[in-house]
Amino acid sequence: MALDKNGIARRIAQELKDGFYVNLGIGIPTLVANYIPEGMEVILQSENGLLGIGPFPVKGEEDPDLINAGKQTITYTKGAAFFDSSMSFAMIRGGHIDLTVLGAFEVSEKGDISSWKIPGKMVKGMGGAMDLVASAKNIIVAMNHTDPKGNSKLLKKCTLPLTGVGCVKRIVTDIAVVDVTSKGFKLIERAPGVSIEEIKSKTAGNLIIEGEIPEMQF
Amino acid sequence: MKKVVKDATEAIRGITDDMTLMLGGFGLCGIPENCISALVASDVKGLTCISNNAGVDDFGLGLLLKKHQIRKMISSYVGENAEFERQLLSGELEVELIPQGTLAERCRAGGAGIPAFFVPAGFGTEVAEGKEVREFNGKMHLLEKSLVADFAIVKAWKGDVYGNLIYRHTANNFNQAMAMAGKITIAEVEELVPAGSLDPDQIHTPGIFVQRIFQAEGLEKRIEFITTRS
Repeated sequence: MALDKNGIARRIAQELKDGFYVNLGIGIPTLVANYIPEGMEVILQSENGLLGIGPFPVKGEEDPDLINAGKQTITYTKGAAFFDSSMSFAMIRGGHIDLTVLGAFEVSEKGDISSWKIPGKMVKGMGGAMDLVASAKNIIVAMNHTDPKGNSKLLKKCTLPLTGVGCVKRIVTDIAVVDVTSKGFKLIERAPGVSIEEIKSKTAGNLIIEGEIPEMQF
Repeated sequence: MKKVVKDATEAIRGITDDMTLMLGGFGLCGIPENCISALVASDVKGLTCISNNAGVDDFGLGLLLKKHQIRKMISSYVGENAEFERQLLSGELEVELIPQGTLAERCRAGGAGIPAFFVPAGFGTEVAEGKEVREFNGKMHLLEKSLVADFAIVKAWKGDVYGNLIYRHTANNFNQAMAMAGKITIAEVEELVPAGSLDPDQIHTPGIFVQRIFQAEGLEKRIEFITTRS
């Protein structure tokens, strides 16, 4: 069965390591924070100027001066630090962030990503995504394998304006974990109960399948 | 030295049609509300506004957009502002979208006297169009030019009569970099205090960057997305 967005977030949380500084994008990536394994210390960066994102506030304690990059009210953890935007992107551009998780419209088999604009229809803006993908050491994309019409989002070549080139390392979708290799997409895991055939049929780019493909473990 | 002005109306004196403004804030967090209201009331038009976002439809820079006082926006993020997106798609508004970190650094560099610098963000995308590309350490970079503004308008938590500023939490965001990059920088502050009241070790923006400062009144500090624990 395909995963819901919480399932995708839960699977991505398995990529975290103790001591990681992590930037989580808007949407599904934000949910990863809910699944950080017990006892593991991971520090979340918010590009609007915070290291040490805490849980959402309890009702009545929202602070207008304390938001995340998705403009939601948040709290901060013990040992947090605040800073301005240029300092924030010094952390990002300087390669100090261990892992970046973000959403996408499309990813190509070369690791290119499109996430900010559908010409003539919708412009979200790139926000910090271009800075993040150009400099992060490790980039994971969280998204559904297909768009609402059923079209594959894992393509030979992106059709929409790019956010970055050759940067995505791993994609976690509702049906699979796929790595970007020099030879194209490589299937790593499948969601519980999802067949290789289904993943193949929903992947437009070249998909390498080698040996047994395990199911995701939760 | 007299930097303290009475209110936003006095602070924005000298802002005329077709000028370039920088406005601090991220979403609605840390935006100079009083000055935006004064600009709306002033009917100044043809503005180029450098700001990460453009507020929402009925608050922040969205108010200036609605009255068509802005000719061009230089921003990184449009999402969640329907009027901004509509004016962009219809071509009524000129929009330059740039990566957020590049935007922040272009402001900081402008204030720091650095005319241009190289960054990797945007290489291979439409952001790179027309820009010089150069390889450093095996990685491709774009030449980005710094930004300065006729007026930079920032919002701080505390400020003193010399223009020294302290921001609070994530309301700092673009304010600190933009405060450096205005030919004239206006600071509206939640609490205007006498000289000597702020700890010099805690100052984010030293007063040398600030020409006008005033005590803000009636700040709404609206929250865009109230999100709480379930």
